[in-house]
Amino acid sequence: MNKHNNHKAVSYNKWGYIFLIPFILVYVVFQLIPLFTTIYNSFFENYRSGLKQIGPTFIGLANYKALFANADIWKYLGNTMIMWVMGFVPQILISLLLGAWFSNTMLRLKGQRFFKTVMYLPNLIMASAFSMLFFALFSDSGPVNTILVSGGLLASPFKFLSHIWSTRGLVALMNFLMWFGNTTILLMAGMMGIDTSLYEAASVDGATSTQVFFKITLPLLRPILIYVVITSLIGGLQMFDVPQILTNGSGDPMRTSMTMIMYLNKHLFSKNYGMAGALSVFLFVITGVLSLIVFKFSGNSEKVK
Amino acid sequence: MNNENKVSKGMNIHARRTIAYIVLIFMALLCLFWFYVLFVNASRTNSQIQSGFSILPGTHLRENFVNLMHGTLPIWRGLFNSLIIATCSATLCVYFSSMTAYAIHAYDFKMKKVMYTFILAVMMIPTQVTALGFIKLVQSMGLENNFTPLIVPSVAVPVTFFYMKQYMESSLPLALVEAARIDGAGELRIFNTIVLPLLKPAIAVQAIFTFVSSWNNYFTPALILHKDNMKTLPILIAQLRAADWLKFDMGQVYMMIAFSIFPVIVVYLILSKYIVGGVAVGSVKG
Repeated sequence: MNKHNNHKAVSYNKWGYIFLIPFILVYVVFQLIPLFTTIYNSFFENYRSGLKQIGPTFIGLANYKALFANADIWKYLGNTMIMWVMGFVPQILISLLLGAWFSNTMLRLKGQRFFKTVMYLPNLIMASAFSMLFFALFSDSGPVNTILVSGGLLASPFKFLSHIWSTRGLVALMNFLMWFGNTTILLMAGMMGIDTSLYEAASVDGATSTQVFFKITLPLLRPILIYVVITSLIGGLQMFDVPQILTNGSGDPMRTSMTMIMYLNKHLFSKNYGMAGALSVFLFVITGVLSLIVFKFSGNSEKVK
Repeated sequence: MNNENKVSKGMNIHARRTIAYIVLIFMALLCLFWFYVLFVNASRTNSQIQSGFSILPGTHLRENFVNLMHGTLPIWRGLFNSLIIATCSATLCVYFSSMTAYAIHAYDFKMKKVMYTFILAVMMIPTQVTALGFIKLVQSMGLENNFTPLIVPSVAVPVTFFYMKQYMESSLPLALVEAARIDGAGELRIFNTIVLPLLKPAIAVQAIFTFVSSWNNYFTPALILHKDNMKTLPILIAQLRAADWLKFDMGQVYMMIAFSIFPVIVVYLILSKYIVGGVAVGSVKG
């Protein structure tokens, strides 16, 4: 009987492998092999000069040297980070505030479903269409300028896309609008998980709501905050659709809104596979380090569970 | 003393509630404003739009729509392509992610831990960093201008897998599976007829998310689809942006944007209850 059971258990468990086959197969073909080809290609000189195809010739680390020696990559990394920070700082502040309000049982805010629904909405919008919309609205003769001029706020239309900080600001604003709802919901869920007896104890001790927020909520929220920051940073490094459509791929004015992925996209379209490879590996390493941090944190919390 | 304290706290709360409502309403308006302007401008003629902004919608919604249909952009084709790719991706993604999660959740085998750790570890790798290898692969397989390379990879999406796995941990009793086994059902049949129906809420949430992210995807399709009749909506939007847009009928431009945005908004509003709930469930692990 016992033997029979054992035998059965073994024969069931082989299905674990069988059910994993589709995932593994597709992952290896469409993710793992491309990852290795990408790394492999980064060691080759391989681009087009006019109609002439140069390479592929093995050149070792020369692509990496060229990539890092050129000031462009640092400029684009800087642009990406600046636009991410400009969107993320207001996003995390607003999300913390709204999350604290939503989860506050004393405030008893009504219409929470409605507010959450509306604030999450921009996250699902096609980023390219949203960006095209902003381009049309903020163009030199677009509605925003019309309102500002006819309202007497401006003497003549402000060329939003010809100034560095207004272009970056628009990208940041769109990213902010698209992500603060998501972050709010995440932080709120975290705040709801905090033991209410802590709040009760604090209120018995006469703590103000500001004190409660900074002394209880924030410290206990730390793991989720770190998760939100790092995942947002990884997302920020992938920033592409919004600035690409807004500036028509040019990253203008003077490539000050060109992001890392836009740069990669440029190399891919011009078929400069060597440089695209080196850039991809660089991005892979950065995101790899960042996800290790997330992994470590989520791993720790799993152990606690 | 104690009483006084209570009163002052009560008033405090009242004021705070008012501030909270003001900020919430402001943020909600900030989110909706753009879509309202989009709707208004999509319903006005080019000359009306050029002559100034209006708070009220115009009466030319139909006209703009008809003009857009007869314009140069193959938008029905784009809509159809986007729909096919997104629907197939979402279907494959939820089915196989559930299967993968079930394999890890319900069975005991040697490689289980290794696989689970591996999938979690690669969860954060962005698709863009492997794009170069991906294009080369697609080229060598002769799959350019083909939907296959945009659909099949959704079989292996670590994020969806993770969500399904979390859901199973909380609401898939393995006793049910045992019972079905005693009744002599095969493993694949158990998965299809017993496990999948139990996962319905999670499947619905993930199907929507996968559908939307595929629908909105611009980076990968733009690298693979070059033929006009294969292009998806985001590529057409980019094309509209790249064209000398001042020559365009702005009513049509807004209509085109609305055409790609509003279907998702409508679906979202119908299903928002599940979506907003689902966001928190999947990610609270920190």
